[in-house]
Amino acid sequence: MKKAFTRPKSLRDVETHYCPGCGHGVAQRLVCEVIDQLGIRGKTIAVCPVGCAVVAYDYWNFDCCEAAHGRALAVATGIKRVQPDKFVFTYQGDGDLAAIGTAETVHTANRGENLSTVFINNAIYGMTGGQMAPTTLLNQKTATTPLGRDAQREGYPLKVCELLSRLPGVAFLERVALDSAGGIIKAKRAIHQAFVNQLEKKGFSLVEILSPCPVCWGKSALQAQQWLKEEMVKTFPLGRYK
Amino acid sequence: MNKKMLMTGNEAIGEAAVQAGCDFYAGYPITPQNELTAYLAKRMPEEKRVFVQAESELAAINMVMGAAACGRRAMTTSSSPGISLKQEGISYLAGARLPCLIVNIMRGGPGLGNIAPAQSDYFQATKGGGHGDYHCLVLAPGSVQEAYHLVFLGFDLADQYRTPTILLGDGMLGQMMEPLIVCSSPACRPGREFVVRRKRLPTKPWALNGCQGRGPRVVKSFFMQNELLEGHNKILQKNYAQIKNKEQRCEQLYLEDSSIVLVAYGSMARIAKAATAALRKKKIKAGLLRPISLWPFPAGAFEQLLKKKKKLRFLVLEMSCGQMVEDVRLAVNGRAAVDFYGRSGGGIPTEEEILKKILHRG
Amino acid sequence: MAETKINRERCKGCQLCVAVCPQGLIVLDKSLNKRGAQPVYFKGGKCTACGLCFQVCPECCIEVFNNE
Repeated sequence: MKKAFTRPKSLRDVETHYCPGCGHGVAQRLVCEVIDQLGIRGKTIAVCPVGCAVVAYDYWNFDCCEAAHGRALAVATGIKRVQPDKFVFTYQGDGDLAAIGTAETVHTANRGENLSTVFINNAIYGMTGGQMAPTTLLNQKTATTPLGRDAQREGYPLKVCELLSRLPGVAFLERVALDSAGGIIKAKRAIHQAFVNQLEKKGFSLVEILSPCPVCWGKSALQAQQWLKEEMVKTFPLGRYK
Repeated sequence: MNKKMLMTGNEAIGEAAVQAGCDFYAGYPITPQNELTAYLAKRMPEEKRVFVQAESELAAINMVMGAAACGRRAMTTSSSPGISLKQEGISYLAGARLPCLIVNIMRGGPGLGNIAPAQSDYFQATKGGGHGDYHCLVLAPGSVQEAYHLVFLGFDLADQYRTPTILLGDGMLGQMMEPLIVCSSPACRPGREFVVRRKRLPTKPWALNGCQGRGPRVVKSFFMQNELLEGHNKILQKNYAQIKNKEQRCEQLYLEDSSIVLVAYGSMARIAKAATAALRKKKIKAGLLRPISLWPFPAGAFEQLLKKKKKLRFLVLEMSCGQMVEDVRLAVNGRAAVDFYGRSGGGIPTEEEILKKILHRG
Repeated sequence: MAETKINRERCKGCQLCVAVCPQGLIVLDKSLNKRGAQPVYFKGGKCTACGLCFQVCPECCIEVFNNE
């Protein structure tokens, strides 16, 4: 029988360490599908973050470099500047990209580095056990906002696409959501665009992927998908930002 | 062909980096090393190499990590407060076994301190500096010419041992101008024994350049399982043991018959050298031991001295409140008296102060 | 005829595929797999190889085959 849907070559045939229903597995598969489609596995160098996706290099079947928490885009800048012919992307969570690494994010984007970034926004710190993220929604309960995030106390959810959209060095920004099979297909399309942009030397491209973290949200996989679709998108509207 | 020029220490280090094949530089402005960054901003593009002014020292060291992970010669430079910021990245570089050169043109501390020359980052440079069980190789030049040579050696040692290497200078060395002999080909590079370049450097079968035609490679310092991290740390320690064994460097002056040995490095050693000569004029058998490698500390030289001569006295001189003196005491291990004289915050021990310290003790 | 194959041992039982299958052809197993999760299985029937189950599976442990 002909295989209609199967594991991409760039994704190793191993079990992941992710919790049931986690969005990382889907997002990492999408990255691999795009890399396979573009035929760039042999010239890809990924930068893996600190956070749940730290061991993405155990799942990805191409060259990978670790980066300290928040520094993925600085490491990627070093890689890309000495090897401009290679395809370099970072895969980062919200704590990594929008809290501890905000300076690196803003300045890499502002320099218009010819890089691609896959930004996983799940509104929480998953790896450390569910603390408030810069993107945690107002009133969302986390380990460090037990009564819910209060704007007076913790400020507002940080909107990365909106923030970066004013920078001239940025070529492409799109926010997508892994909230359904359709959303997943749209996410892949956005990743494809962000990756093609780099191959065409268009500058900095970022895809923000709203992604479920069922365990730290205290929900089942299905409830998490539902919450993503109904609540999270109200704070983080989907669509093309640049 | 050799060419004699007048250059600041900062510029000499920049020129040496270019000549040593540095492919990538990232830095962030901080006094007293700004001439170095500015020099490379001009020179690196001329040679079609990469220069990036980073948004912070954190970004700079991590950009270096990226370039180093690709197997390229990469360098960053800064001064004390900036080096503190780079410590996280240096720990990752050491953990991932990536070679690079880090220049610290030390200024006064702690905190913002001041921009005067100091040697108060000795602990930070030689004892690890960041988190985890690691060391960087640390080289301390005593002149502009030596700073130039040690850049070549620093890159070579970094590549040979796959470890970040620190060139530890001070604000005085960075700022002062001295005649410098630069040369266009490696063959004519003037050098003393300790700066002889490595003939054969290892290849870099770990470098990231895309997995075309080979299996994927990963550069990392993360080992979730205890046994794996312990195994990795054992590899690092074995490497450090080799470095300790083979890479101790120091300059020794009048030590054959000395009964009092001044110990100083970098700019401080220049003053110590003058003091040694002055003491010799006064018929006092003084000598100088100048560590050039601060890590590994040249403990072997102390061992030899103590073996040869029973009655010895050491005076450690530093532009700090006393840091290297701890390593001297460890090397001497109670077998001789070890005194210390130092000044900090931009204060520099003078020849007169050193003489007074020695003569008053009798 | 199309068919869906699910790697029982890799499945973590999140059941996203169960909810997404338009034909309701994926169901929860009664017994646990070796990792202690309650996996799903493809019960057979009129699979159209739409691939929605493949899309939503976080473990990438579903393969869809198409004969046509």
